Amino acid sequence: MKLIHSAPLDYEKIGLVVGLEVHQQLLTDHKMFCKCPAGLYTNEHDGTVLRHMRPTLSELGEYDGTALMEFKTRKNIIYLLHHSNTCTYEMDDTPPFLVNQQALDVAIEQCLMLGCDIIDEVHIARKQYLDGSIPTGFQRTAIVGVNGKLPFRGRELSVTQVSVEEDSCREVSDQAHLIVWRTDRLGMPLIETVTGPDLRTPEEVEEAILLIGRVCRSTRHVRTGPGASRQDVNVSVAGGRRVEIKGVPYAWLAPALVHSEAWRQVNLLRLRDELHQRGFTKPEDIVVEHADVTELCAESNLKVLREEIWQKHIEHHDWRPGFELGKGRFCVRAVKLPGLNGTLNWPTQPDLIFADELRGRLRVIAGLSQQPILVQSEKWPVYKDSRQEMRQLLKRMRCGADDSLVVIWGPEQDTLTAVEEIRLRYVDALDGVPHETRQPLPDGTTDFERILPGPDRMYPDTDSPPTMITRERVEGLQADLPSPPWERYERYRRAGLPDNTIFYLIRRNGADLVDEIVAKTGADLRRVGFFFGEELKGLARAGVNVEAIGSERWLEFFSQAQARPLIWEDRRQVLRTLAAEPEADFEDLLDDLETGAPRDWQRRLDDVLATEYIKHGAAEPEKRQRYYLGVAMNELRGMVLVADVAQALKERFNG
Amino acid sequence: MADQQPMEGYRGRAAEKLGEWRVRTWSEVCVVNDAGSEFIGVILPRSETFDDLHIVLKQKTGYNVGIHVDRVREIKELGYKKAEYKIPEKEFPRNPGLPAVTLLGTGGTIASRLDYRTGAVIPAFTPGELYGAVPELADICNLTTKKIFGVFSENMGWPEYCQLAQAIGDEINAGADGIVIGHGTDTMGHTAAVLSFMVQNLPVPVVIVGSQRSSDRPSSDAALNLTHAVNAAANGDIAEIQVCMFGPTSDSYGLLHRGTRVRKMHSSYRSTFRTLSDIPLAIIDRDNQTILHPDYRRRDPSRQVKIDAVYDDRVSVLYYYPGMKPDLVEALVEKGYRGIVIAGTGLGHVNKPLYPALKAAIAQGVHVVMCVQTLWGFAQMYVYDTGRDLLDIGVVPLDNMLPETALMKLGWVLGHTDDHGEVLKMMRAPVSHEITGREPHNGYIVLQGGLPEVQEYIAGHWK
Ligand SMILES: [Zn+2]
Repeated sequence: MKLIHSAPLDYEKIGLVVGLEVHQQLLTDHKMFCKCPAGLYTNEHDGTVLRHMRPTLSELGEYDGTALMEFKTRKNIIYLLHHSNTCTYEMDDTPPFLVNQQALDVAIEQCLMLGCDIIDEVHIARKQYLDGSIPTGFQRTAIVGVNGKLPFRGRELSVTQVSVEEDSCREVSDQAHLIVWRTDRLGMPLIETVTGPDLRTPEEVEEAILLIGRVCRSTRHVRTGPGASRQDVNVSVAGGRRVEIKGVPYAWLAPALVHSEAWRQVNLLRLRDELHQRGFTKPEDIVVEHADVTELCAESNLKVLREEIWQKHIEHHDWRPGFELGKGRFCVRAVKLPGLNGTLNWPTQPDLIFADELRGRLRVIAGLSQQPILVQSEKWPVYKDSRQEMRQLLKRMRCGADDSLVVIWGPEQDTLTAVEEIRLRYVDALDGVPHETRQPLPDGTTDFERILPGPDRMYPDTDSPPTMITRERVEGLQADLPSPPWERYERYRRAGLPDNTIFYLIRRNGADLVDEIVAKTGADLRRVGFFFGEELKGLARAGVNVEAIGSERWLEFFSQAQARPLIWEDRRQVLRTLAAEPEADFEDLLDDLETGAPRDWQRRLDDVLATEYIKHGAAEPEKRQRYYLGVAMNELRGMVLVADVAQALKERFNG
Repeated sequence: MADQQPMEGYRGRAAEKLGEWRVRTWSEVCVVNDAGSEFIGVILPRSETFDDLHIVLKQKTGYNVGIHVDRVREIKELGYKKAEYKIPEKEFPRNPGLPAVTLLGTGGTIASRLDYRTGAVIPAFTPGELYGAVPELADICNLTTKKIFGVFSENMGWPEYCQLAQAIGDEINAGADGIVIGHGTDTMGHTAAVLSFMVQNLPVPVVIVGSQRSSDRPSSDAALNLTHAVNAAANGDIAEIQVCMFGPTSDSYGLLHRGTRVRKMHSSYRSTFRTLSDIPLAIIDRDNQTILHPDYRRRDPSRQVKIDAVYDDRVSVLYYYPGMKPDLVEALVEKGYRGIVIAGTGLGHVNKPLYPALKAAIAQGVHVVMCVQTLWGFAQMYVYDTGRDLLDIGVVPLDNMLPETALMKLGWVLGHTDDHGEVLKMMRAPVSHEITGREPHNGYIVLQGGLPEVQEYIAGHWK
């Protein structure tokens, strides 16, 4: 049996394929389907609603996979409301109002920037989510554009679709059978940009996230700050299945997550082969046996198996029957896995094993939440008499050398759900990688979130009429469109700006001002770009309040600097004055500055040479000239052009 | 939905375009537009109220798009699959120990399934279908279902009321331990009121139920309402016409409201139904019922139900407003209306210019009764001159009868007699608490949001 642990991976060899769904909040005044203010978050609430989600029957008259799972968890869902940012729409007590046209405009802008084909008539659809993150049980969403592309590493990254949708609630807590959500973020307009499965390495994923982020920001109509953009990363390897890592908060975390998931899939495929080799091929081959061993464990030295510790756990967390707490008395259950010895310790992600896959499912689906959720015979915890206790349990369950044992505890009903879930996870293992969504953890690994729903969960929103997107509207938006980041990138690069400076300008929206200044004053793009991308930071560090200088002022400054090169050379001093007196008249300020060459500057230059010559007699002529130029400019900056002083020096040395 | 035309909803240019490429609704197609984009999916029916410029496709991804006919370059038919609206039935388990409940359908969907291919909602109604959708029902009762008719709640009318009353009588006489009526919520209050008059001397509960969020939504209140209603019908002790809907908007408990005192009070909230000028009959959830009202008719299977399904639909409500002109009254009389309910201001008032018209109407034998548009409280016309004038004219106060209840009752009474004295006597004699002698102090509570003490209360309870 070959086990593979975390190590470098040949991504090409394993057939790594990654696609992205990038979510970006829009800078609108109101939410997407109601008139609540957008972006007003609160940490307190003044109303609460209790709900449950019931799966709707699908086409075959059966509940679909996700739906069934969510229903099994029997989650109690609580929404925390605050009147300032939540109305009866978010509570699902009022149908949607007409879709926010401002949001639709931004989505169209994004589509145009990506070269998408704009949909002629936009239809709102409902996408089911039964985890409670949206009180209706579905997210309202609509495709606005399809078939876009963006230049990426010398090739094209395809954009399958751009849609506009409402954001979900923020999770407050998730304990056993109770999940609590806050509705302030619910209904905020988002655009979702979906790329094709075109990415091949973890590094590419990070780069693509940053690139799409730059495109979004280029519209100038998106929100920034924590939580304003999140991405789902879809990962698969050859022979595996699409797994969605949901809500990756930072681009830099993506490579580690993709790497871990690639490992996980490779290892799960190996586990599949191992199971097949052992003769487990069909779902009915997986048989688990279980028994109530509460009595047997009543005096266990492993404290979590004792009822009084469970009671303390409940009291400590203040769990209430009918809310957090599952049904039935406290129960310890032993689950025998015949013929599956060695599979629980099977590696999956770096430092994780197959038993952790079970833990994730039991936590989410069975509502078991007391750590470590399960203990198992292949890696039994060490405590007083631990070996002896384990042997006792193995004997009670008649486990042989080929069998493994899992022990779980909690309310009886939950332990029974857990047994079935363990069986189902092994059934999934026969097939390799289950379709699921996983939540990203800060250490670069992921944990089970839910079964990935299929396209079957989408259906038309009968509450909202379609919106026709007219040619005039698209053309109007196109006319005001800022250039896309790659176009800018090319232009700036040709002008001689370094990559870091370019990305900084695009990310911080400084590029708009740069382009405006260049267009209106005829200033050199390289000079203006470098100034805003690099020099400005230095000025700010030197204590100049650059924030006080508005865009009008910048335009004035650059047009003056175009006409009078001295102003540019003395810019540190000029800007210090401008920043200090943001209201003053520009011309007056310039008059106050010493500008224009004093008649006696040549003599002053000679004075400098005379005093400094004594100190610096020896150095070679070129070095000396540079040194003198520096010293002289300290005295003459803003009055005489550097070029003139340099020329005068040259004449003195060579003449 | 069963016999839809191949061009459902499409007309004009869109229909032409579909014809041109020999495709129809439910065709699985690949549409190519002038930008070269390909859209693969099913052609969905289009609402007739939308324009004739777009073809709607449900794509494989699940998203719908509308494609402008001018941009269509090619439509290839890949297949055709007519939507089949059928719910596979599972047999509703029979348990001899459980009560027998009959569910009468009037048209609203209580349970349904969604056709994901098309997005259509297919009602579940037979016990087998309902068992598939709300399996909890099998723990409560043995269920029988009967579809009486299929109309939207706003299309309910007098013939339907009579038919429904007869059906209730038949089911009770056939031995039902309780009746549940599935009904749209818009006019649920009207139906509850009229059945309170047409179906009397009930031996078992009759519970009207619906939903504020349709049952194709995961957050629907339908399944819980149905469970509550079936519990009330199967096990409840209240042998009256009742409405069973959410108490709070949370998935918490339902309330049983008396048919003559219930009213829909919000256009969309789940907790829209309220008992006015009194308190609800009971609190109900899946397992328990708590009686709130001390005065109700108890379940007694030996009692003989009395069906009295008659009507005269020449009745109307005048919602009085300042400046109302007498010609409205005159027009009703001229058109042959026999009964007018006025929803008057304050204690039951209208302006002076209406007096002569009302006098004339009454002189012609039209029965004019007064309720209050404040909804809570009594028509007490003896207090002010205006009221006393109206009494003198012959307008009869109906105390705290709700205007809609009064309209239903007037139509029902006129089905019995047109004799003025007899009509007024019947109108003023309560059949089922439509007039109560007193209003308890907790019969009117509309909490004012924003007040510190109310906010404190709300913070501690489910909304
Ligand atoms: Zn709102």
